[in-house]
Amino acid sequence: MSKENLILEIENLVVNYELEAETVRAVNGISLSLEKGKIVGLVGETGAGKTTTALSILKLIPDPPGIIKNGNISVDGQDIIHASIEEMEVIRGKDVSMIFQDPMTSLNPVFTVGDQIAESIEIHEKISRNEAFKRAGEMLEMVGIPASRATEYPHQFSGGMKQRVVIAIALACNPKLIIADEPTTALDVTIQAQVLSLIKDLIEKNNASMLLITHDLGIVAEICDEVAVMYAGRIVEKGTLEDIFNNTKHPYTEGLFNSLPNIDDRNAILKPIKGLMPDPTNLPRGCSFAPRCDYCTDICEIQPENRMISHTHSVACSAYENPEFSIVRGSK
Amino acid sequence: MDNHRSKHKSIRTEKETSRQHRNELWYRFKKNKGAMLGLFIIVFLVLVALSADFLLDYKTDVIGQNLKERLQSPSLTHLFGTDELGRDLFFRVIYGARFSISIGVISVSIGLITGTFFGAIAGYFGGYIEEVIMRITDIMSAIPSILLAIAIVTALGASTLNLMIAVGVASIPEFVRITRASVLMVRNQEFIEAARALGVKEWKIIISHVLPNALAPIIVQTTLTTGSSIISASGLSFLGLGVPAPAPEWGSLLSAGRKFIRGYAYLTLFPGMAIMFTVLAFNLMGDGLRDVLDPKLKQ
Repeated sequence: MSKENLILEIENLVVNYELEAETVRAVNGISLSLEKGKIVGLVGETGAGKTTTALSILKLIPDPPGIIKNGNISVDGQDIIHASIEEMEVIRGKDVSMIFQDPMTSLNPVFTVGDQIAESIEIHEKISRNEAFKRAGEMLEMVGIPASRATEYPHQFSGGMKQRVVIAIALACNPKLIIADEPTTALDVTIQAQVLSLIKDLIEKNNASMLLITHDLGIVAEICDEVAVMYAGRIVEKGTLEDIFNNTKHPYTEGLFNSLPNIDDRNAILKPIKGLMPDPTNLPRGCSFAPRCDYCTDICEIQPENRMISHTHSVACSAYENPEFSIVRGSK
Repeated sequence: MDNHRSKHKSIRTEKETSRQHRNELWYRFKKNKGAMLGLFIIVFLVLVALSADFLLDYKTDVIGQNLKERLQSPSLTHLFGTDELGRDLFFRVIYGARFSISIGVISVSIGLITGTFFGAIAGYFGGYIEEVIMRITDIMSAIPSILLAIAIVTALGASTLNLMIAVGVASIPEFVRITRASVLMVRNQEFIEAARALGVKEWKIIISHVLPNALAPIIVQTTLTTGSSIISASGLSFLGLGVPAPAPEWGSLLSAGRKFIRGYAYLTLFPGMAIMFTVLAFNLMGDGLRDVLDPKLKQ
């Protein structure tokens, strides 16, 4: 794939939260790229650094204490790390926009939803308030809410409708890249499916790309083209949907799949990954997953290298030094 | 009921939206009886204050002495009676509304604008800016507000304008604190981050996203402070530091009547009641406004 075809390119990103007493190593050198028109899922447990990665793309890491220590981020060829605040204000909402996790709190309670959609249009496209408001109505229609409800306040909407409003805001200026931070976590399952298919349709229609952050592998299987699995601030496995789901390589990814309930055998006991995520202020030397890994050997004392399994699939696990090694998914 | 009606309408324009919004707020305000009573008293007082100049002749009716009719009890000719110089107390109380209302409103505006500005900056940006602003506020509020006002009036000299400044400055610390506290609560909410993610400029986030959400306590504080500013201003006038005699400021009237309180209690009763009802009206309206403006209390 050529560079021009990339909408997002992250290289060796390191983000720390430097507190007085300790340093939280949230993101430890991740590299990720996203092709135009693709949906990439970023999967991992709570605290794996998914949201921090997403906020870095918009340079919205709370500073202090958050610091982007190292790395490069470019969105459609524009350097983000060295962009000034004014340049970022133009990029945010116009080129890259974000769908937040909780629609209950990500809408401003004192403005009508129409005003909130119109605000973003007004900022980035030089049109009058009335026109922006009309466009806001069209955006609402697009996410399946009657335009007449633009004059209502967020509290008059249900949770699923609020999330649609949030999606309408995110898509209002036809951004090239959408970052969705667990967009369906706060919704119940039936609404989740609706919202997901809506997001997928709209992204195809607007020819945008999306970085979808989630901890739900079901959602990933539903709409993503590619998947990156994150653990303790690193990407441990990356590949196409097919690579990750059917050709799992990393023991952590395997653990994630094993901890899902089995629909064919409802009496089966869940097999969670034993132990807890390491403390990000005190990460183990070498592979951070080693203390919880069933395949752990002495070789795991060294930081594992990224290994290409195929031209789409890479894994960071030292066990593959041994060409005989293979994981035994689901059979333990 | 509103949904039903609006379903058949196409997209409304911005202007219609805000009109509808105002109607809704007014409807809810009307339902609050106490607030309506407060509003009624305030509107009445403002009308009285505005028309006092047309109804009364300042020279003859308000400060003109008439020693033949001194210290008369309330009657039909003199509704509130007359003072020791034969001036009609009713006229003087009515004219005094001009002073009290304007002092209340202007001094609170000084406190409100300055206090909200610094409070919002301190709350939103944090860090050393906040430290500096809040420590200065601490120093200011370590001095009792009436003492601070006395000090300012003494330094600047006793006049109506200086009284307004003194009372206004003394109310700044409370506004800074309240604004900062409620900005702190709003600042970390997700919709502020969402606004930032849309590329909204910082100052616009403060003005159009943070402050409207932090407004309810500030509004309540404003109306309560208007009441207490009127009391402080009257207090300063009572001490002879406010509006100079013979202007009929309510505090000065109280002070003048104090000497005759045994025999002629009405000289202090009526100005005192005027102060009380005015303050009560502002407090009632403040409570009503808080209920109306809080979007969470809607429906």
